[in-house]
Amino acid sequence: MLGKKKKLLIGGLLGLLVGVLLVGCQQKKETMRTEVGTTDVASKVYVPPGKYDEFYAFLSGGFSGQVSVYGLPSGRLINVIKVFAQDPESGYGYTPETKPMLMTSHGFIPWDDSHHTELSQTDGVPNGRWLFINANNTPRIARIDLFSFVTKEILEIPNTAGNHASPFITPDSKYITAATRFSIPIPQKDVPISSYAENFKGTLSFIKADEPGKMDVAFQILMPGFDYDLAHCGKGPSYGWAFFTCYNTEQAYTLLEINASRNDKDYIAAVNWKKAEEYIAQGKYQEMPTVYYHNYWDEKKHMAFSEVKKSVKVINPKECPGVVYYLPTPKSPHGVDVSPDGEYIVGNGKLATVIPIHSFSKMLKAIEQKAFEKEVDGIPVLKYDAVLHCEIQKPGLGPLHTEFDGKGFAYTSCFVSSEVVKYDYKSGKVVDRIPTYYSIGHLMIPGGDSTKPWGKYLLAMNKITKDRYLPTGPELFQSAQLYDITGDKMQLLLDFPTIGEPHYAQAIPADLLMKNVIKIYPLAENEHPYAVKAEKDAKVERKGNEVHVCMTMIRSHFFPDNIEGIMVGDTVYFHLTNLEQDWDIPHGFAIRGSDNAQILVMPGETKTLVWRPKAPGIHAFYCTDFCSALHQEMQGYVRVSPEGSNVPLKYYTGTPITQK
Amino acid sequence: MVKTVLLFSLSGLLIFSYRAKSADIPSPASPLPDPPNEKAVSDKGIGPIKEVKLGSIDQSLVKKGKEIFDTKCASCHKLEERYVGPPLKGVTKRRKPEWIMNMILNPAEMEQKDPIASQLLSEYLTQMAFQNVSQGDARAILEYLRSVDEK
Repeated sequence: MLGKKKKLLIGGLLGLLVGVLLVGCQQKKETMRTEVGTTDVASKVYVPPGKYDEFYAFLSGGFSGQVSVYGLPSGRLINVIKVFAQDPESGYGYTPETKPMLMTSHGFIPWDDSHHTELSQTDGVPNGRWLFINANNTPRIARIDLFSFVTKEILEIPNTAGNHASPFITPDSKYITAATRFSIPIPQKDVPISSYAENFKGTLSFIKADEPGKMDVAFQILMPGFDYDLAHCGKGPSYGWAFFTCYNTEQAYTLLEINASRNDKDYIAAVNWKKAEEYIAQGKYQEMPTVYYHNYWDEKKHMAFSEVKKSVKVINPKECPGVVYYLPTPKSPHGVDVSPDGEYIVGNGKLATVIPIHSFSKMLKAIEQKAFEKEVDGIPVLKYDAVLHCEIQKPGLGPLHTEFDGKGFAYTSCFVSSEVVKYDYKSGKVVDRIPTYYSIGHLMIPGGDSTKPWGKYLLAMNKITKDRYLPTGPELFQSAQLYDITGDKMQLLLDFPTIGEPHYAQAIPADLLMKNVIKIYPLAENEHPYAVKAEKDAKVERKGNEVHVCMTMIRSHFFPDNIEGIMVGDTVYFHLTNLEQDWDIPHGFAIRGSDNAQILVMPGETKTLVWRPKAPGIHAFYCTDFCSALHQEMQGYVRVSPEGSNVPLKYYTGTPITQK
Repeated sequence: MVKTVLLFSLSGLLIFSYRAKSADIPSPASPLPDPPNEKAVSDKGIGPIKEVKLGSIDQSLVKKGKEIFDTKCASCHKLEERYVGPPLKGVTKRRKPEWIMNMILNPAEMEQKDPIASQLLSEYLTQMAFQNVSQGDARAILEYLRSVDEK
């Protein structure tokens, strides 16, 4: 935080600057609220050189498959975490160490569509330990460790297509959710698509999440064949429940745009997962054969391992009364968001003209009094009026998502009318609205889906950019906008471009997280099977057609930097250990003709680049990450001889060593 | 002559850019600290080590020091030949034990403020790396270097 004096000083300086710039301009007395560039706004987002941002914000990368880390309020991009997409810059998804991380029942998958970031929580408050993110296309959930900002675990979700309602967490991090956005035959069958109503089903999944390296599908609930879209878990009084929106109760399988938009109301599925646990304990489930991968990172060995799982526990609501109820919700609901006190459940009906807010206590009463209007596949549908707390009238067009500020207000994004609407969710009164540029999807308030929102800022993640930045041809980066929400009126502070398509985001105060962040990997703890921790231990070994080069890197030379005795037809494994033990001194490694990207090796880390030389000759390799004044000298040569040559294996830096 | 001047100005630039990279970052709550006015007032260097009492050589400490030296120092320092950094044989005769330990534990500040260390940087042009060693480790390395110089 800036001191008062400093603020005044900076404000004054900026004022002077702007004043100087504005001399000769006709200035209106009244400035519009959306006009940025005033001294007041500039000082709110200005982080002076050498100072830190107040919040870490984790934005999903959407079709980039990764997670982008921004500082708020500055909007500075500070990192990109590799999760579901290969990254040739670091070697993620190319190296033998990281490839198992992207293994699935469909084989190696180099890309995915990552939608929602979710921070781990203790007592309903983000704790800065882990970040979870879903893969939508080939259904998976990843756990990112926030001490190192590295993906440490990926679990595939079986019996699922389009894992969109994911990974929303319980307040104690016990479970995260997953679900089928696209219903499919479960188990899979070769059937006509037109047999949808008869053969297609949905699943809601609960993933055990509170033990690193041990993520697993605790159980799945077999559901009617609708599209299950988004979720949030209950908290406080509603702890033990989770809420999933669904649309396409029409069960359309073609031209959904029209055919799935006919019904006046679809549903929010309220799941009593505590009751589901009881049924599991009583053995009221089916152990369904299926195949899915669990990939986890071994921190000591610096590599990922895969295990294949062969079955999953499935509960049928027909046989387990009390596990699922449907709350009618207008119309094709998208986001479902639970207020910080756990009492109010906001349904965001994409096509609705109101925002319905359900009451958890009314829902319990309605269940008790059996206020059901009908059943769908054994799931009771509660009466709308019996569960409704209120409807927000004329909120805006196309409401999608809602976050909370912890002061009694809810903020909903309205896609069609490009605005955020702020309202008192208890009284149902709209108090403010502000435009976004353009077509806002998700929005995020730091801690906005937790029990204790930090508030202060609201981040709009927009789907359309158009004229916000210098034009860059047909493709434009998506725009994010930061708003100040501390006053009665929301105020636009900042525009900044984002990577991929950020769907959801989470933010956490920097001081909760940064004290735990590691700076190096201690060499002493490195148990990679090919690590070498001293230059004297570096070696090159031939095993048939495989050559393992155990090489060290330090400012600014490789050991060895001359290698002879490699032949065409060999597979060469360059196992690079970075001997540095100093913060922010990575070294890179690239070799001509590498069809496997390059690798960036962090201090104390070991990484492998696999290289298959295709022609005899001399091939140069070099460090790609500028490391010292003699970085340009950090290079080496590999001599490649024709297949079947008898050139002896020889390697050295400075003094030749021949293999014994 | 022109080349030398050019090289020097380039190296100055480079050093400047490294400093920026490895400078200590203050915590977000506190304003940027003023650069400390600590000058190299002695030949003990700058850093956490103010006083080292030397006794007769402790062989178990020498053994520990050699192990650390082989993994964390030998990539840049040889005993008898110039390598990435200066040869280290005789260093315990040239420098105070406190200076040696401060150079191991606090190389970035030493290279900025200690006249000998900054002279060495301009000669070798590769910054000495802090290799994540404890004060105890640095003391063991010192003991190993003493044992080398006793021979």
